Amino acid sequence: MQLETLISQFQQKDEKAFESLYNMYSESMHGVIYNIVRDNDIAEEIMQDVFIKVWHNSSSYSPEKGRFFTWILNIARNAAIDKTRSKAFKNSKKNLDAEFFVDILENNENLNDKTDAIGISKYVKKLAKKCIKVIELLYFKGYTQKEASETLEMPIGTIKTRNRNCIKELREMLIK
Amino acid sequence: MDIKAYIESGILELYVAGSLSEKESKEVYELMLKHPEILQEVLEIEASVIKLTSAVSPKSSSHIFNIIKEKLNLGDNEVKVVSITKPKYNWFTYTGWAAALIVGAGLLWTLNQNKQLEADITTADIENAFLEEQIEAAKNDLAATKNLLNVLRDKDIIAVPLGGQGEFENAYAKVYWNKADNSIYLDAQGLPNAPEGKVWQVWSLTLNPLTPKSLGTIDDFNTDDNKIFTIANTFESQAFGITLEPEGGSESPTMEQLYTLGVVTPSAP
Repeated sequence: MQLETLISQFQQKDEKAFESLYNMYSESMHGVIYNIVRDNDIAEEIMQDVFIKVWHNSSSYSPEKGRFFTWILNIARNAAIDKTRSKAFKNSKKNLDAEFFVDILENNENLNDKTDAIGISKYVKKLAKKCIKVIELLYFKGYTQKEASETLEMPIGTIKTRNRNCIKELREMLIK
Repeated sequence: MDIKAYIESGILELYVAGSLSEKESKEVYELMLKHPEILQEVLEIEASVIKLTSAVSPKSSSHIFNIIKEKLNLGDNEVKVVSITKPKYNWFTYTGWAAALIVGAGLLWTLNQNKQLEADITTADIENAFLEEQIEAAKNDLAATKNLLNVLRDKDIIAVPLGGQGEFENAYAKVYWNKADNSIYLDAQGLPNAPEGKVWQVWSLTLNPLTPKSLGTIDDFNTDDNKIFTIANTFESQAFGITLEPEGGSESPTMEQLYTLGVVTPSAP
């Protein structure tokens, strides 16, 4: 089914369409959220909050603003980042700033039941360090290009082309 | 516009990441609608990012959706409704059929019962008619008997016993003569049934000289129950006799076949 049709059905509160969209994007959101909070239970809790919010705010999405995936991605990242700013979270967790998503791919014991992820992790580990950093900030953390350029101390143009090349590299890996 | 250069600029990767401003995003969206190759590029970028981020997910997230549905009061309701509706449907169907069968059986039973009752009524009607006939017959019998009794008790009646004659000495009869209404009542119980081709003939006699006058034949003798016959008699009879004659009767009595004879003895005044 066309993604557009699915989304408009979902916006009319079609539960089947909601479930289809969940199946398309939930794993990805779970990864993004987990990468931010690094806790299974908290990640699942945020997952629930995110998709409940997605259901309730479905009418606020419009394709002109961006991809549906990007819309959910924003909600997920914001929810996870909000969580890390809460007092309870800060007290129980150390500073996570130094860690990147690739660390999860290296250490994740649960990857055994996710053969897809095992395949991907093999290639992702080969990504250049500079790529891992830029992908981490732009996709997993939701930095704007300006924020990324400041953090990485690079001009915006360089961020754009580097990211382009990194994603290209990733795509080539995944096509293989 | 150089589509290739636009794609190579890396703006589409930022578009998928959500790093562009709202205005920039809208521009990409509009170009995407015009140029299929831009859309294709965006779809491929998106797919690779989804794969990468999914790989980082610590475990499968499909079970979380059930919790989300529960919290949103979705789906589960549907399951409950189905599980409630199904037995309900079955319950209704079964009881419905059962009720239909019971009603059907009841109807058949009632129809049968009705038929039986109608047959019973018909039988009862026939029996009723039969009984009515019997009652009527009994009434008639009673009336006839009463009438006879009255006749015999009448003070004007003359009783004439007829004795058996010659070889017919066992035969007998009685005549009750009512001179007032010119009729006799013949009690012929002492006579046998008339043989085939013969009838009893009753005679009124005057003695000097002996002159017989026929009072008629008793054609229904054999079928009569009480053997009492009413016969008109206008003669000044002095005696009565009964002979067996050929069917249709005779002009004069056949004396060899005279069964009974009796003389009238004038009653006391």
